[in-house]
Amino acid sequence: MATTATPQPQPKTNRVGLTVLDYRGGKTTLCAGCGHNAISERIIDAFYDMGIQPERVAKMSGIGCSSKSPAYFMSRSHSFNSVHGRMPSITTGAVLANSKLIALGVSGDGDTASIGIGQFVHLMRRNLPLIYIIEDNGVYGLTKGQFSATADLGSKLKTGVINDLPPIDTCALAISLGATFVGRSFSGDKRQLHTMLKAALSHRGTVLIDVVSPCVTFNDHEGSTKSYKFMKDHEEPLHDLNFVPAFDEINVEYEEGSSVNVTMHDGSSLRLRKLEEDYDPTNKIGAVKRLMESHEAHEVLTGIFYLNTQAPNFIDMLNMTDEPLATLPESVTRPSRKVLEECMEELR
Amino acid sequence: MLSGATELGVLMATTEIAPHGSATSADRKPIVNDFSIQVATANGSGSQSANSILLRSIFQMGVPVSGKNLFPSNIAGLPTWYTIRASKKGYVARKKEIDFVVAMNPETAREDVLALAPGAAVLYDEPLKLSELRPDLVFYSAPFDKIVATVCPEAKLRKLVKNMIYVGVMAQLLNLDMAEVEKALRKQFHTKVRAADLNWNAAKAGYDYAVASLTKADPFTIERMDRTAGMIIIDGNSAAAMGTMFAGVTVVTWYPITPSSSLVETLIDYMKAYRVGTDGKATFAIVQAEDELAAIGMVLGAGWAGARSMTATAGPGISLMAEFAGLGYYVEIPGVIWDVQRVGPSTGLPTRTSQGDIEFVAKLSHGDTFHPMLLPCSVAECFSMASEAFNLAEQLQTPVFVMSDLDLGMNNWMSEPFEYPKEPINRGKVLTKEDLDRLGGFARYKDVDGDGVGYRTLPGTDHPQAAWFARGSGHNEKSQYSERPDDYSNNLDRLLHKFENARNSVPKPELVRNDGNDIGIIAYGTSHHALVETLDQLQHEHGVDVDYLRLRAYPFTSEVHEFIVKHKRVYIVDQNRDGQMFQLLKLDVPAEEVIRLRSVRHYNGLPLDARTVTDEIVSQEGK
Repeated sequence: MATTATPQPQPKTNRVGLTVLDYRGGKTTLCAGCGHNAISERIIDAFYDMGIQPERVAKMSGIGCSSKSPAYFMSRSHSFNSVHGRMPSITTGAVLANSKLIALGVSGDGDTASIGIGQFVHLMRRNLPLIYIIEDNGVYGLTKGQFSATADLGSKLKTGVINDLPPIDTCALAISLGATFVGRSFSGDKRQLHTMLKAALSHRGTVLIDVVSPCVTFNDHEGSTKSYKFMKDHEEPLHDLNFVPAFDEINVEYEEGSSVNVTMHDGSSLRLRKLEEDYDPTNKIGAVKRLMESHEAHEVLTGIFYLNTQAPNFIDMLNMTDEPLATLPESVTRPSRKVLEECMEELR
Repeated sequence: MLSGATELGVLMATTEIAPHGSATSADRKPIVNDFSIQVATANGSGSQSANSILLRSIFQMGVPVSGKNLFPSNIAGLPTWYTIRASKKGYVARKKEIDFVVAMNPETAREDVLALAPGAAVLYDEPLKLSELRPDLVFYSAPFDKIVATVCPEAKLRKLVKNMIYVGVMAQLLNLDMAEVEKALRKQFHTKVRAADLNWNAAKAGYDYAVASLTKADPFTIERMDRTAGMIIIDGNSAAAMGTMFAGVTVVTWYPITPSSSLVETLIDYMKAYRVGTDGKATFAIVQAEDELAAIGMVLGAGWAGARSMTATAGPGISLMAEFAGLGYYVEIPGVIWDVQRVGPSTGLPTRTSQGDIEFVAKLSHGDTFHPMLLPCSVAECFSMASEAFNLAEQLQTPVFVMSDLDLGMNNWMSEPFEYPKEPINRGKVLTKEDLDRLGGFARYKDVDGDGVGYRTLPGTDHPQAAWFARGSGHNEKSQYSERPDDYSNNLDRLLHKFENARNSVPKPELVRNDGNDIGIIAYGTSHHALVETLDQLQHEHGVDVDYLRLRAYPFTSEVHEFIVKHKRVYIVDQNRDGQMFQLLKLDVPAEEVIRLRSVRHYNGLPLDARTVTDEIVSQEGK
């Protein structure tokens, strides 16, 4: 009796022929329910959807729970888990050496806003092409729950300690310093974060996304301002985001006046459907002002606060040859004997 | 207006008091091509150009010469000294005794003159009235302000041009050929023709004044020789910069710090001149970082991604780099760090020289760590070791430190022309896509070849097996996170094996003299120039022959151990208080050999002179 083999369903692939499994990483060792794991999932989805070849990606991090997470996504990408607060300098060096790399930095609020604040501000100034994600939970997890510098005034630790110092708003800081794509999201807001990451992959400059990512072990209780419950009650999206990558040639009709449309560096289209009529994401001053107002109102404003697709990035400014410096041959990097003779003659 | 040495003058002094007692100069024979000049001026008065021209004029007359700038940590106003040594024998170390002082600075004039040995000569600015201070010196005075007024109508330029007058006066007193002075002067001012003319007139006016008003009464004179033909004059930082360009550097990051800043600034000039393609695109990136933490971080990030990356710094920067140095060692990333050493600890004396970072750098980091160090002694080695450092760093996959110092880096030295790098650029064990196609995969830290060095891939390599996870945390051969005791200890043992193995690949020492004498000397870096002279002093003055080995790298090679066991006593010369290289050698030689080792230490911020070493060895030998 002849049998017909049921054809195996072909796994779904993206535009570079990879399945979502090709974007998986190692098994997470973070706590169950940690917001960081949700962010790793969103990164996988966004890189898969955008058809980014994992081999072109450099996953960079410092030290902390957040900085461990690059081990949990995209194992086919090179990765560098460096030292505390120094991801920016390691990444800058890597991108200088090979400007074709797609650099993804994952940091935390301690790694960025305390020990790493110096490197953070200078990275933002340079507008280095990089996606910088802060997995922001307001506490130091690996050292068991001390406040970080993004903890809100009046926020309470499990031990009852109240934070009495004002928080550093990394987004406001990044906007004022020169980052060209600045937003905030919430690890629980699957759709917004996914869209924001896809748009980020179309940007050529520094992308800073502060993602509130609750720490289920040390900062998810009553009185915390970085808990799931607090975020559910206080998240205030600035707009609805919709992203159409350049390779999807879909014509979308936008209703005049109700949304802002931005054409990204690679031709992709980002639509920000206004929830607030007069918000202009290309206005630096307005962005910082709106952020300050949200603090006064005890809201957690999310969305893309600032976007500048025109500013030159650090690689443009250095005017380097197109081929990565890392692989330039000796014939290019070592001047000739004639040059040495010329140098010697000047010194005689 | 000599008001006696001010407190400031005393605090800034660089001269050491010489013993008084020998005869005056009246009946002395001429001293030809063998003396030292010290020019005392104020910082920021433009004396650097005048001093360079004086130095170069002597050089052009074929006489071996060296110049050392002894300057304060200050931009303008504080006292500064420039010493020039002419030596027919070719000695280029600092000469402890000053033979001729040019006293332009009222702040220090009195003390400078009081410190001289009898018979020395002094040229001073007339209003200082120094001749009353000592009966046993030869004094010349010149009214510099009056002379400069005649050649420089523009009053505001006179301060700068005034120094060129003493070049003319000294040229006449020392019997320099004015044609050589003019040649040196026009080279110095290069394309600035007006400035050159103005300064040349000043030099001539000084010369004419000396002819008309001064009578030669000192024995010091320059006569033409033929010992500098074809040679160049350059400072160590510029030589290192040039060497770095020829080494194929692609990423340079830095944070300004004395005395290393000029290394990168000169490198920027060289790279712009010779490393920009015909399309106007740079084959390099140079970034001024926010601090030394970021500078070394960028070096390691770039090294990890495959660039030839370097930074230059000094002691305080090295302190900040300690954490990253450990990361570089443990993740095994190539990179080159120039440490142009100055006096520490803390801010120390930022503009004075030392070899004070040797022990710290050897083990820079928390945890068990060793770093290779290269030890250049000359501008030629600054050039050649730039290439050697990169090849070593990439072959060993580790940061390599080049230990220069302020004396070498910031002073002008004559040298034979540099040789084009002998070795091709060696990128070490890097697997390409094609290699991975063939191998199927690799384990980053597996010691495949038995030399402790694994194979690496660069980010961006287009192969699904190319990626490895670089981490400063504990890892196994596959660079996976591991806290297993055996993974940790195996890894540390392999790293030690790699370092031990590096003894075979670092530059070998120079056996300057190895004639089977009882006494041996080991020195390194700029001490070398004093040591060559010390060998002669010991022989001529004490009839003692000694052997001498110059270290060129750490870890120590087998030749160093062989040298030690062949000698009854081995003196290790350090320009630091704690005998840092002496300490490293004590750790390195078998316990029973340690008793052979003795320590000679110099640490007052001044470049080492031969007399200090000779006296110390003679004293320890109980002669």
